Amino acid sequence: MPKVKIHRKSTVVDMTAMCDVAFLLLTFFMLTSNLTQKEAATIQTPSSISEIKIPERNIMLILVDAKGKLFFGIDGQENRTALLEKMGKIYNISFDKEELKAFSLINSFGIPISQMKAFLSMKPEERDITAYATGIPCDSLDNQLKNWVSAARSISKDYRIAIKADQATAYPSIKKLMETLQDLNENRYNLITSLETSADLEIKQ
Amino acid sequence: MAEIATYHKKGRKKRRTKKVSTRVDFTPMVDLGFLLITFFMLATTLNKPQTMEIALPSKEKTPEEEQTSVKASRAITILLGRENTVYYYEGTRENEVDPVLNKTNFSPTGLRQFLVKRNYEVMAKVRELKAEKERKRFSDEEFDKRKSAIQQDKSAPIVLIKATDESVYRNLIDVLDEMAICNIDRYAIVGITPFDLDLIANRNAVTTNPNGNK
Repeated sequence: MPKVKIHRKSTVVDMTAMCDVAFLLLTFFMLTSNLTQKEAATIQTPSSISEIKIPERNIMLILVDAKGKLFFGIDGQENRTALLEKMGKIYNISFDKEELKAFSLINSFGIPISQMKAFLSMKPEERDITAYATGIPCDSLDNQLKNWVSAARSISKDYRIAIKADQATAYPSIKKLMETLQDLNENRYNLITSLETSADLEIKQ
Repeated sequence: MAEIATYHKKGRKKRRTKKVSTRVDFTPMVDLGFLLITFFMLATTLNKPQTMEIALPSKEKTPEEEQTSVKASRAITILLGRENTVYYYEGTRENEVDPVLNKTNFSPTGLRQFLVKRNYEVMAKVRELKAEKERKRFSDEEFDKRKSAIQQDKSAPIVLIKATDESVYRNLIDVLDEMAICNIDRYAIVGITPFDLDLIANRNAVTTNPNGNK
């Protein structure tokens, strides 16, 4: 019996096309992306049907976590430096160059101004520890948030206030925040929400 | 990878330059490409968060003044209670008679049904306007202008949103959502009054004692 010859096909595939696709996608993602920035608190925003997108620049962000702790942050590194200098003057704390530099790299923070110096001297990895996220005081005796907001407002008129609160935040802390802003005559602001999905609707019912 | 097929014709002598394949193995490059893609995909925020724009009355105008200027027949008060419950009543206290407080929730058959009923005319007009926009294709600015003109209608309800301390932030957003859905343009977030708290307390007392023996 003649031997059946099995024709062997090469298993090698030309990778050029795949490489092209991979880099095409890579280019797309590199151009369209804005990198996720770390926020001082993890917040689950409530969903809404609103489809207005938040502007990318000039945002004064106030975060409220589920326990009602307040966090604050503005964008623009020069503005952050100016902000800390202003706040230092109000509270008679002087910050040196390195502290200002460290502050300009922080996205948002939630500590009283008295702890700011210690906070800034820490390494960035150490700042994540929740013990340091005590929230910015915002009560009638010591309303530091009010000073932060008004200092930021005096730096730039273009800042829009955006409030990002957790869906489980109890109303009194929201009310306190709204009253603080009302005192400053900041009556227009954005509430950050996420897009409503059908799953959200089911929960509601 | 690709080998050069070497064949030899017998007898003929020819000086061959040794050909080196120009093909390069792309596999590692593909690996690298996908690795970077993965990184960028994970590190980006593709969905930009949505926002709601709200404007609150400034402090000089106290909410009490606002409330009295609201015509009772147009006024709806929505109270946010604990565990996603909502209460609403129409009008205010008149002739020593408390308004009827209704209890509902955030489902489409709850608060929305009531608001749709109250704001039916405006909603119908807005729907008509939308259809007209589809046909005639006028600009968005004109649409917004005409829409707000409809919403400023004299008979359209005015909603006062009052949140109790037991409510959570999500309830507030949900109510603001309902305002957008039902095309209610005139609403305000105001502080809760003892009167409203009493209404809720009475209402809950009645439901726990269905016989009404107090």
